[in-house]
Amino acid sequence: MDMIVEDWGMVDYMTACQRQKRMVDMVIAGQCGRLIFCEHLPVLTLGRLFKQESLLVAQQAIEQKGVAIHSVDRGGDVTLHAPGQLMVYVILDLNFYQRNLKKYLERLEQVAVDLLRDFGILAVSIPDKRGVFVPMSLRKIVSIGIGVRKWVSYHGLGINVNTDLSLFSLIKPCGLDVQMTSMAQLLQHPVSMEQVKRKWTQLFSNVFKVDIV
Amino acid sequence: MMDIILPELGEGITQATVACWHVQVGDKIHVGDEVCEVTTDKATFNVEAPASGRLKSITVKSGQDGLVGGVLGIIEQL
Repeated sequence: MDMIVEDWGMVDYMTACQRQKRMVDMVIAGQCGRLIFCEHLPVLTLGRLFKQESLLVAQQAIEQKGVAIHSVDRGGDVTLHAPGQLMVYVILDLNFYQRNLKKYLERLEQVAVDLLRDFGILAVSIPDKRGVFVPMSLRKIVSIGIGVRKWVSYHGLGINVNTDLSLFSLIKPCGLDVQMTSMAQLLQHPVSMEQVKRKWTQLFSNVFKVDIV
Repeated sequence: MMDIILPELGEGITQATVACWHVQVGDKIHVGDEVCEVTTDKATFNVEAPASGRLKSITVKSGQDGLVGGVLGIIEQL
Protein backbone atom coordinates (compact mmCIF):
# COMPACT_ATOMS: atom_id res chain seq x y z
CA MET A 1 0.00 0.00 0.00
CA ASP A 2 1.26 3.50 -0.87
CA MET A 3 1.36 6.55 1.38
CA ILE A 4 2.22 10.16 0.72
CA VAL A 5 4.20 12.19 3.26
CA GLU A 6 3.23 15.83 3.72
CA ASP A 7 4.94 18.44 5.88
CA TRP A 8 2.60 21.27 6.79
CA GLY A 9 5.14 23.16 8.92
CA MET A 10 3.62 25.47 11.55
CA VAL A 11 -0.13 25.41 11.03
CA ASP A 12 -3.20 26.59 12.91
CA TYR A 13 -4.74 23.67 14.80
CA MET A 14 -8.28 24.02 13.43
CA THR A 15 -6.97 24.49 9.90
CA ALA A 16 -5.08 21.22 10.30
CA CYS A 17 -8.29 19.52 11.46
CA GLN A 18 -10.18 20.74 8.40
CA ARG A 19 -7.39 19.61 6.08
CA GLN A 20 -7.38 16.20 7.72
CA LYS A 21 -11.13 15.83 7.23
CA ARG A 22 -10.72 16.55 3.52
CA MET A 23 -7.99 13.94 3.33
CA VAL A 24 -10.14 11.40 5.14
CA ASP A 25 -12.79 11.92 2.44
CA MET A 26 -10.11 11.43 -0.23
CA VAL A 27 -8.92 8.17 1.34
CA ILE A 28 -12.51 6.95 1.73
CA ALA A 29 -12.85 7.68 -2.01
CA GLY A 30 -9.90 5.36 -2.69
CA GLN A 31 -6.84 7.63 -2.72
CA CYS A 32 -3.72 6.55 -0.87
CA GLY A 33 -3.14 7.44 2.76
CA ARG A 34 -1.24 10.42 4.12
CA LEU A 35 1.44 10.72 6.76
CA ILE A 36 1.41 14.34 7.89
CA PHE A 37 3.94 16.24 9.99
CA CYS A 38 3.28 19.65 11.50
CA GLU A 39 3.60 21.84 14.56
CA HIS A 40 1.06 24.08 16.26
CA LEU A 41 1.22 27.31 18.21
CA PRO A 42 0.27 26.72 21.86
CA VAL A 43 -3.19 25.16 22.02
CA LEU A 44 -5.04 22.90 24.42
CA THR A 45 -7.27 20.32 22.81
CA LEU A 46 -10.04 18.66 24.74
CA GLY A 47 -10.77 15.10 23.58
CA ARG A 48 -14.12 13.36 23.98
CA LEU A 49 -13.23 12.08 27.45
CA PHE A 50 -12.22 15.53 28.73
CA LYS A 51 -12.85 16.10 32.42
CA GLN A 52 -12.97 19.64 33.78
CA GLU A 53 -10.58 18.71 36.62
CA SER A 54 -7.90 18.02 34.01
CA LEU A 55 -7.53 21.80 33.62
CA LEU A 56 -5.42 22.98 36.56
CA VAL A 57 -5.90 26.68 35.79
CA ALA A 58 -9.11 28.58 34.99
CA GLN A 59 -9.96 28.56 31.30
CA GLN A 60 -9.90 32.37 31.10
CA ALA A 61 -6.42 32.52 32.63
CA ILE A 62 -5.21 29.95 30.12
CA GLU A 63 -6.53 31.98 27.20
CA GLN A 64 -4.92 35.13 28.67
CA LYS A 65 -1.59 33.34 28.36
CA GLY A 66 -2.21 33.14 24.62
CA VAL A 67 -3.09 29.45 24.68
CA ALA A 68 -6.18 28.63 22.60
CA ILE A 69 -8.60 25.90 23.72
CA HIS A 70 -10.56 23.68 21.34
CA SER A 71 -12.88 20.72 21.82
CA VAL A 72 -12.00 18.08 19.26
CA ASP A 73 -13.35 14.80 17.93
CA ARG A 74 -10.54 12.53 19.06
CA GLY A 75 -10.40 10.06 21.90
CA GLY A 76 -8.78 10.91 25.20
CA ASP A 77 -8.74 13.84 27.62
CA VAL A 78 -6.83 17.14 27.42
CA THR A 79 -3.44 17.63 25.83
CA LEU A 80 -1.19 20.52 24.90
CA HIS A 81 0.34 21.21 21.52
CA ALA A 82 3.11 23.77 21.14
CA PRO A 83 6.09 24.54 18.92
CA GLY A 84 8.79 21.91 19.24
CA GLN A 85 6.22 19.15 19.53
CA LEU A 86 6.07 17.10 16.33
CA MET A 87 2.49 16.29 15.41
CA VAL A 88 2.11 13.14 13.36
CA TYR A 89 -1.30 12.81 11.76
CA VAL A 90 -2.02 9.51 10.05
CA ILE A 91 -4.80 9.22 7.49
CA LEU A 92 -4.89 5.49 6.94
CA ASP A 93 -7.49 3.01 5.73
CA LEU A 94 -7.79 0.58 8.64
CA ASN A 95 -9.75 -1.83 6.46
CA PHE A 96 -6.26 -3.03 5.49
CA TYR A 97 -5.31 -3.47 9.17
CA GLN A 98 -7.99 -5.83 10.42
CA ARG A 99 -10.29 -3.01 11.56
CA ASN A 100 -8.74 -3.16 14.99
CA LEU A 101 -8.43 0.13 16.88
CA LYS A 102 -6.45 -1.37 19.74
CA LYS A 103 -3.86 -2.93 17.43
CA TYR A 104 -3.63 0.28 15.42
CA LEU A 105 -2.90 2.34 18.54
CA GLU A 106 -0.36 -0.27 19.67
CA ARG A 107 1.41 -0.10 16.31
CA LEU A 108 1.60 3.68 16.42
CA GLU A 109 3.04 3.48 19.92
CA GLN A 110 5.52 0.86 18.73
CA VAL A 111 6.80 3.22 16.04
CA ALA A 112 7.25 5.92 18.70
CA VAL A 113 9.11 3.52 21.03
CA ASP A 114 11.39 2.42 18.16
CA LEU A 115 12.01 6.04 17.18
CA LEU A 116 13.01 7.05 20.68
CA ARG A 117 15.25 4.00 20.99
CA ASP A 118 17.08 5.06 17.83
CA PHE A 119 17.76 8.40 19.50
CA GLY A 120 19.08 6.63 22.61
CA ILE A 121 15.95 7.00 24.76
CA LEU A 122 14.43 3.97 26.46
CA ALA A 123 10.65 4.36 26.35
CA VAL A 124 7.69 2.04 26.74
CA SER A 125 3.98 1.99 26.03
CA ILE A 126 1.63 1.20 28.89
CA PRO A 127 -1.55 -0.39 27.52
CA ASP A 128 -4.00 0.78 30.18
CA LYS A 129 -2.65 4.34 30.06
CA ARG A 130 -1.91 4.76 26.35
CA GLY A 131 0.87 6.95 25.05
CA VAL A 132 4.60 6.46 25.49
CA PHE A 133 6.45 6.85 28.77
CA VAL A 134 10.07 7.05 29.86
CA PRO A 135 10.39 4.61 32.76
CA MET A 136 13.68 6.07 34.05
CA SER A 137 12.03 9.38 34.87
CA LEU A 138 8.41 8.16 35.06
CA ARG A 139 7.45 10.86 32.60
CA LYS A 140 5.33 10.86 29.48
CA ILE A 141 6.89 11.85 26.16
CA VAL A 142 4.31 10.96 23.50
CA SER A 143 0.56 11.54 23.60
CA ILE A 144 -1.86 9.72 21.33
CA GLY A 145 -5.47 10.16 20.29
CA ILE A 146 -7.29 9.22 17.10
CA GLY A 147 -10.58 9.50 15.30
CA VAL A 148 -12.01 7.04 12.78
CA ARG A 149 -14.60 7.55 10.02
CA LYS A 150 -15.62 4.67 7.77
CA TRP A 151 -12.54 2.89 9.12
CA VAL A 152 -10.19 5.66 7.98
CA SER A 153 -8.07 7.11 10.78
CA TYR A 154 -7.19 10.73 11.49
CA HIS A 155 -5.48 12.65 14.30
CA GLY A 156 -2.49 10.73 15.71
CA LEU A 157 0.41 11.50 18.03
CA GLY A 158 2.29 14.40 19.54
CA ILE A 159 5.98 13.72 20.13
CA ASN A 160 7.72 16.14 22.45
CA VAL A 161 10.94 16.81 20.59
CA ASN A 162 12.00 20.31 21.69
CA THR A 163 8.72 21.37 23.35
CA ASP A 164 8.68 24.10 26.00
CA LEU A 165 7.34 21.88 28.78
CA SER A 166 6.34 24.69 31.14
CA LEU A 167 2.89 25.00 29.54
CA PHE A 168 2.03 21.45 30.59
CA SER A 169 1.67 22.84 34.12
CA LEU A 170 -1.74 24.13 32.97
CA ILE A 171 -3.18 20.64 32.67
CA LYS A 172 -3.20 17.04 33.79
CA PRO A 173 -1.94 15.63 30.48
CA CYS A 174 -4.46 13.07 29.22
CA GLY A 175 -6.11 13.32 32.65
CA LEU A 176 -3.11 11.64 34.27
CA ASP A 177 -1.05 12.72 37.27
CA VAL A 178 2.11 12.56 35.22
CA GLN A 179 4.81 14.99 34.22
CA MET A 180 5.80 15.39 30.61
CA THR A 181 9.28 15.28 29.18
CA SER A 182 10.88 15.85 25.79
CA MET A 183 13.66 14.33 23.74
CA ALA A 184 15.66 17.55 24.19
CA GLN A 185 15.25 17.45 27.97
CA LEU A 186 16.34 13.80 28.16
CA LEU A 187 19.25 14.17 25.74
CA GLN A 188 20.19 17.60 27.11
CA HIS A 189 20.46 19.14 23.65
CA PRO A 190 18.05 20.30 20.94
CA VAL A 191 17.05 17.58 18.53
CA SER A 192 16.75 18.00 14.76
CA MET A 193 13.07 17.90 13.84
CA GLU A 194 14.02 16.87 10.30
CA GLN A 195 15.91 13.84 11.61
CA VAL A 196 12.91 12.85 13.71
CA LYS A 197 10.60 13.15 10.70
CA ARG A 198 12.93 11.06 8.52
CA LYS A 199 13.30 8.36 11.17
CA TRP A 200 9.56 8.28 11.87
CA THR A 201 8.82 7.87 8.15
CA GLN A 202 11.26 4.98 7.86
CA LEU A 203 10.01 3.17 10.98
CA PHE A 204 6.35 3.79 10.16
CA SER A 205 6.91 2.33 6.69
CA ASN A 206 8.43 -0.80 8.25
CA VAL A 207 5.84 -1.34 10.97
CA PHE A 208 2.78 -0.62 8.78
CA LYS A 209 4.30 -2.19 5.67
CA VAL A 210 3.56 0.81 3.45
CA ASP A 211 5.53 2.26 0.56
CA ILE A 212 6.23 5.96 0.87
CA VAL A 213 5.68 7.60 -2.53
CA MET B 1 -36.99 -2.28 11.82
CA MET B 2 -33.21 -2.45 11.80
CA ASP B 3 -30.92 -2.20 14.81
CA ILE B 4 -27.92 0.12 14.82
CA ILE B 5 -25.26 -2.09 16.39
CA LEU B 6 -22.01 -1.03 18.06
CA PRO B 7 -19.56 -2.92 15.81
CA GLU B 8 -16.46 -4.84 16.76
CA LEU B 9 -13.67 -2.29 17.26
CA GLY B 10 -10.86 -4.73 17.98
CA GLU B 11 -10.04 -7.48 20.42
CA GLY B 12 -10.25 -6.47 24.05
CA ILE B 13 -12.67 -3.61 23.38
CA THR B 14 -15.99 -4.65 24.89
CA GLN B 15 -17.74 -1.32 25.23
CA ALA B 16 -17.61 2.31 24.19
CA THR B 17 -19.25 5.53 25.30
CA VAL B 18 -21.63 7.32 22.98
CA ALA B 19 -20.08 10.79 22.63
CA CYS B 20 -22.89 12.26 20.54
CA TRP B 21 -25.66 11.47 18.11
CA HIS B 22 -25.43 13.19 14.73
CA VAL B 23 -29.16 12.62 14.08
CA GLN B 24 -32.30 12.95 16.15
CA VAL B 25 -35.28 10.66 16.57
CA GLY B 26 -37.53 11.18 13.56
CA ASP B 27 -34.71 12.20 11.19
CA LYS B 28 -34.48 10.52 7.81
CA ILE B 29 -31.22 8.66 7.32
CA HIS B 30 -29.57 6.79 4.49
CA VAL B 31 -27.59 3.59 4.65
CA GLY B 32 -23.96 4.46 5.37
CA ASP B 33 -24.74 7.80 7.05
CA GLU B 34 -22.74 8.40 10.20
CA VAL B 35 -25.39 8.44 12.90
CA CYS B 36 -23.39 8.64 16.10
CA GLU B 37 -19.87 8.90 17.46
CA VAL B 38 -18.60 6.52 20.13
CA THR B 39 -15.37 6.81 22.04
CA THR B 40 -13.00 4.41 23.74
CA ASP B 41 -10.07 5.59 25.88
CA LYS B 42 -8.05 6.98 22.96
CA ALA B 43 -10.18 6.65 19.86
CA THR B 44 -13.43 7.99 18.51
CA PHE B 45 -15.39 6.00 15.96
CA ASN B 46 -18.33 7.03 13.82
CA VAL B 47 -21.07 4.41 13.61
CA GLU B 48 -22.91 4.11 10.30
CA ALA B 49 -26.57 3.45 9.59
CA PRO B 50 -27.05 -0.17 8.45
CA ALA B 51 -30.17 0.75 6.46
CA SER B 52 -32.12 3.71 5.14
CA GLY B 53 -35.21 4.92 6.95
CA ARG B 54 -36.08 7.08 9.91
CA LEU B 55 -34.42 6.99 13.32
CA LYS B 56 -37.17 5.47 15.47
CA SER B 57 -35.44 5.47 18.83
CA ILE B 58 -32.14 5.95 20.61
CA THR B 59 -31.27 3.11 22.97
CA VAL B 60 -27.92 4.41 24.26
CA LYS B 61 -27.96 8.16 24.84
CA SER B 62 -24.99 10.54 24.71
CA GLY B 63 -22.75 9.96 27.70
CA GLN B 64 -23.93 6.38 28.21
CA ASP B 65 -21.91 3.22 27.57
CA GLY B 66 -22.88 0.68 24.94
CA LEU B 67 -21.67 -2.89 24.61
CA VAL B 68 -19.97 -4.14 21.46
CA GLY B 69 -22.64 -6.05 19.57
CA GLY B 70 -25.36 -4.23 21.47
CA VAL B 71 -28.09 -2.00 20.09
CA LEU B 72 -27.43 1.76 20.04
CA GLY B 73 -30.64 2.75 18.28
CA ILE B 74 -33.38 1.52 15.95
CA ILE B 75 -34.14 2.49 12.37
CA GLU B 76 -37.67 2.25 11.01
CA GLN B 77 -37.36 1.29 7.36
CA LEU B 78 -39.74 3.27 5.15
